[in-house]
Amino acid sequence: MNMSTLATPQVITLQIDGQDVSARADESILDVARENGIDIPTMCHLDGLDPVGACRLCLIEIEGTPKLLPACMTYAEEGMRVLTDSPRLQKYRRTILELIFAERNHVCSVCVSNGHCELQNMAVKLGVSHVTVAYRYPKMEVDSSHDRFRLDHNRCILCTRCVRVCDAVEGAHTKDVMGRGVLSAIIHDLNEPWGDSDTCTSCGKCVHVCPTGALVEKGTASSEMAKRTQFLPYLTRMREHHS
Amino acid sequence: MTPEELTQMRDQTRQKKSDCKHCVNVCTAAGCLSLRSDQLKDAIDKAVHHAGRQDEVTVKSVGCMGLCSGGPLVSVESGDDEVMYHDVKPEDAGELVQSLDTEPVKRLQCPSDMPFFTQQTKIVLENSGKIDPELLEDYIANDGYAALTKALTEMSPEDVIKEVQTSGLRGRGGGGYPTGLKWSTVAKSPGQKKYVICNADEGDPGAFMDRSVLESDPHRVLEGMALAAYAVGADAGYIYVRAEYPLAIARLKRAIRQAERAGLLGAHIGGSTFRFMIELRLGAGAFVCGEETALIASVEGKRGQPRPRPPYPAQRGLWGCPTLINNVETFANIAPIVRNGGDWFASIGTEKAKGTKVFALAGKINNTGLIEVPMGISLREIVENIGGGVPDGKQFKAVQTGGPSGGCIPIDHLDMPVEYDTLKQLGSIMGSGGMIIMDETSNMVDVARYFMEFCMSESCGKCVPCRVGTWQMHELLTKIIAGEAAPKDLDLLKELCEVVQNTSLCGLGMTSPNPVLSTLRYFEHEYLERLNTNGHGATAEAASTEGA
Repeated sequence: MNMSTLATPQVITLQIDGQDVSARADESILDVARENGIDIPTMCHLDGLDPVGACRLCLIEIEGTPKLLPACMTYAEEGMRVLTDSPRLQKYRRTILELIFAERNHVCSVCVSNGHCELQNMAVKLGVSHVTVAYRYPKMEVDSSHDRFRLDHNRCILCTRCVRVCDAVEGAHTKDVMGRGVLSAIIHDLNEPWGDSDTCTSCGKCVHVCPTGALVEKGTASSEMAKRTQFLPYLTRMREHHS
Repeated sequence: MTPEELTQMRDQTRQKKSDCKHCVNVCTAAGCLSLRSDQLKDAIDKAVHHAGRQDEVTVKSVGCMGLCSGGPLVSVESGDDEVMYHDVKPEDAGELVQSLDTEPVKRLQCPSDMPFFTQQTKIVLENSGKIDPELLEDYIANDGYAALTKALTEMSPEDVIKEVQTSGLRGRGGGGYPTGLKWSTVAKSPGQKKYVICNADEGDPGAFMDRSVLESDPHRVLEGMALAAYAVGADAGYIYVRAEYPLAIARLKRAIRQAERAGLLGAHIGGSTFRFMIELRLGAGAFVCGEETALIASVEGKRGQPRPRPPYPAQRGLWGCPTLINNVETFANIAPIVRNGGDWFASIGTEKAKGTKVFALAGKINNTGLIEVPMGISLREIVENIGGGVPDGKQFKAVQTGGPSGGCIPIDHLDMPVEYDTLKQLGSIMGSGGMIIMDETSNMVDVARYFMEFCMSESCGKCVPCRVGTWQMHELLTKIIAGEAAPKDLDLLKELCEVVQNTSLCGLGMTSPNPVLSTLRYFEHEYLERLNTNGHGATAEAASTEGA
């Protein structure tokens, strides 16, 4: 058999944190790193959703590139030398996390997601025990108009996982972002109460991909809201098999 | 329109013009129009008719003449002589028309040896203030579409790219990326469908170069885009222009229609097999849509938000196709480069920056308006000579270049040449060409806060460092101005500058700390003066500067 006719994706080798690893050219640094036991912190990323590179926690240094690049949207290249955990990156990640905490009202003790919250876990992981920047303490609304779910803007970090899962996986595109800067907010349809939405299928995917207590099931008390994200990789894999 | 028809139209229009004894040009670009130069034009028209001289005097609407502070501006061409008038009112019309064959009206005349006019080198603005932006034949009479015809009949796409590469032209939108390199990248990117986009989403405070070009000479931009499309192999183009420029939009629309009718856009351009269509897209008021990936998202009908690069638009741009994006001024340079050759262009300017740059002078300067100067000219020449210095006997303090992504350059560096690299060394950027001159009454912390407020409210909100970081920095600057900040607040501000600069997703966030960093570099004492070091509220000194 002629080997050149085989359609194989290009396989390359690169170095992450001094470790030689192999990768396909269409794999992100994040995927390759995690596959090799190197964890890069992420907040907006979720396996099964298109990456957006928005939270900036997964920034990495690449030798010869002056800019820091998001690992979730940077693809492996032959001979790349990647640093995922330099002191500079650690410092930036902690500041970014502080900025997230200061942006809205993240009060863990009274949150239904306390103990199951990705933001809270990230703070523990990165050693953010206190916030040096000023808290904004904005007055935010809580949308309880839906029968089963609630959107608490106070806990939202604008990672847009809910927007992406609603659009790309459920196909409803009920959720989107309105406004800009710190005034950005998740909305339903044309900024209607969630309960009035014609397009929402009440599937609950948005609730379970939400990393914090912003999207929750009603009827949960403090610390009771554990999210189940297992459905997403499963759905993605099933769709890949059928497409 | 075939090349022969084009030449014919050019010669006819030129003949018509030389048949006319006097040509009275009235500026009808946005600046003068806001001073009702349309009424002035009507008044002059009436005065000409009243004197019964309509056969030998043409009254024409033209584009920007540059000296906006003296508007409404009128120029009178009589053969080879040209007289410039400033601050002309409708009641001056009669006197002006009467003076046509005698001495010019002294009280309205601009001195002809004024450095503002003599020290400029015009390429981009060569037709501004000379041609009627609403008449295709006027553009053609000034060698318009000659470059496109030349390219289609005598040059291969590679030749066009080579000419642009030889010229050394760099992007005029801010980044200064080599234009020829960008073109060849798009040309070489694989793909059946390619696009050309003109970025006319000019948004820097105090900048109005692109608006003026679009209002004064819209066909020049269309021709530049068509040349680019021919060079890279695109057949469709978009001009993304901000909705706040209604006059530019109207004139662009008219120009596109005229060019389509004349067969200079559309299918079989100039009788060749080359086809290229241009459509307009209007921005809805977001500064970030000047960032190329956000602009593309907006053209696609999505929320105007940037995405990480790479991939660059040259590889994956509009609807995933290779896309060439240049700004208005860059495209406006193309036709002269193709017409006169890249070597001609490269002979103007400096080693690393070729050609000219258009700047919008604003702020505390006598001659506010639009200028075009060769690269490498000193800031002092621009401010003191062309700009006419600072009014009211005040002291010059700093010049802000590059908009919210730029910085403030103090008096000690006024002799530095205006070039991409030197401005960068000084902690500012060339940017798109806004220059805001500040005198001794401006406080630099206020300036920094102004630009930070701009970045904060224009942040799209996608990435955390820009969305929250700009808010935090704005808060700290406000605290410093109120005299309530402690030294540790200034340290935190510096730290946030570093984080936001290095971690933001797009250029808006990455450069948003620049106004703070550059004012800290040259005017740190103004920050320190306002710090509260005793822990008892605002100091007397800080309180007094606050009132100033």
